[in-house]
Amino acid sequence: MENTNDIIHGEEINKPITKSILLFFSHLNEIQKFIFRFFREAFTPPYELKEIIRQCYTMGYLSLGIITLTGFITGIVFTKQSRQPPADFGATSWLPSLVSLALIRALAPLITALIAAGKIGSNIGAELGSMNVTEQIEAMEVSGTNPFNFLVVSRVLAITCTMPILMTYACFVGLMGSYLNINHNEQTSFTTFIHDAFGKITFLDIFASLFKSLLYGFTIGIAGSYLGYNAKQGTVGVGKAANTAVVVSMFLIFIEEILIVQVVNSMR
Amino acid sequence: MSTDIPYTNTKEAVIAIKNLYKSFDENKVLNGIDLELHKGENVVVLGRSGSGKSVLIKIIAGLLKPDKGIVSVFQEQIDLLNFKELQKLRLRMGFSFQSGALYDGMNVRENLEFPLVRNQRKLGRKQVNDAVEQVLHDVGLLQTINQLPSELSGGQKKRIGIARTLILKPEIMFYDEPTGGIDPITCVEINNLINKVQQQYNTSSIIITHDLTCAKTTVDRIAILSEGKITKNGSFDEVFESEDPNAKAFYNYNFIAKK
Repeated sequence: MENTNDIIHGEEINKPITKSILLFFSHLNEIQKFIFRFFREAFTPPYELKEIIRQCYTMGYLSLGIITLTGFITGIVFTKQSRQPPADFGATSWLPSLVSLALIRALAPLITALIAAGKIGSNIGAELGSMNVTEQIEAMEVSGTNPFNFLVVSRVLAITCTMPILMTYACFVGLMGSYLNINHNEQTSFTTFIHDAFGKITFLDIFASLFKSLLYGFTIGIAGSYLGYNAKQGTVGVGKAANTAVVVSMFLIFIEEILIVQVVNSMR
Repeated sequence: MSTDIPYTNTKEAVIAIKNLYKSFDENKVLNGIDLELHKGENVVVLGRSGSGKSVLIKIIAGLLKPDKGIVSVFQEQIDLLNFKELQKLRLRMGFSFQSGALYDGMNVRENLEFPLVRNQRKLGRKQVNDAVEQVLHDVGLLQTINQLPSELSGGQKKRIGIARTLILKPEIMFYDEPTGGIDPITCVEINNLINKVQQQYNTSSIIITHDLTCAKTTVDRIAILSEGKITKNGSFDEVFESEDPNAKAFYNYNFIAKK
């Protein structure tokens, strides 16, 4: 009797697990198809240049405020918190290079990507999700327009192109924040600060950061678009798409960061 | 349940559906549909909510894939077309959605321009403006040209939705619940607009509804859809004078049409 119960119990547990695993792989397959479709349509005319520029403005220019705020504060706080260890050895002159290395190699790409995942990724998920559940995407399709090209390709290209610019800008304002703090404490001149800050930066650092930003932008764009474009269950689905877009983007960004750091470090 | 009544029409069939089946998981929605739409004809598909009326026109427009059966539009089998061929064929069809499905981020002018500039890229600014103003004039809403969809009433959204399809001068129109959720006076306006579109643009139409007033005003032929099948097919009088239980149920419960 005990054995029978175990078997029945075992089946009850296993069924949902099997279903979840199958669902996971089915999603992976759909995402892979979605990405292939993106590349196919991105290189097929007609090109929606006007829409790409409009999206760059919405995603890039309208994100400058929050990037300025977070970048600047990060620069100040990171410099302030990092001062004590070098100060113990009388080596505060190392601070500009320490901060710039941290900002360019890791902080600026990561902070920009996380802000973009929250602000832009959720926006893409919610916008496409609501267009889907209100039949606007179907309306585009039946009017002889390719909604994937107009909605997905334009958004993914826009965020992929915008992210390196936003990251560079975040670096700049972060360094300005850092300079403010260093100048206040050590009375270092701007020229000396810039000279020290960029003394240790290599081409590989800049290239890796720009590449990371492109990849993060692409990840956020694809995650938001995929989830929004396939949103179901009405307004609940829209909320779910926006929320999941942020969570999935952030998760993938951290995974990519770990992998890229390993590769770049092996190249140094 | 009565069986399908064969319907004969000597005009060319622009849409021909044979033995169409569609299910969503365990839910069998369409269960062997046979239907034809002839040139210049308005066919009303009447059925209860959830009977698969919208699914039927979405399959015809290529938005959903059928499980089994043949759907031909202008003698081309929809499920055998590739994306480009389907898009080309869709330019000959207009689809008016239940909610209007206007693009939220664009005003009325941009909504109407959207399909036109993407399908006729050589058109000049003046030609686009003229076309937009012409269709808006045809649906009687020229004054809304710079308004956003959020500023329009439900009836206005539906009429702008119809205008957006008319701008490409379709030969077939699909109306999904054109009078659903709007007041009786606006319903009459929409019904008149459907008839005007048929005459002015020489369209053949499939009108999906459960509103008998709309059906009576716009119909050349009625098809009753129940439990995934067309149970009755004929003129308004033929259908409602028959013994078909679904037709009788509709007639008895629709006070306005009965009056």
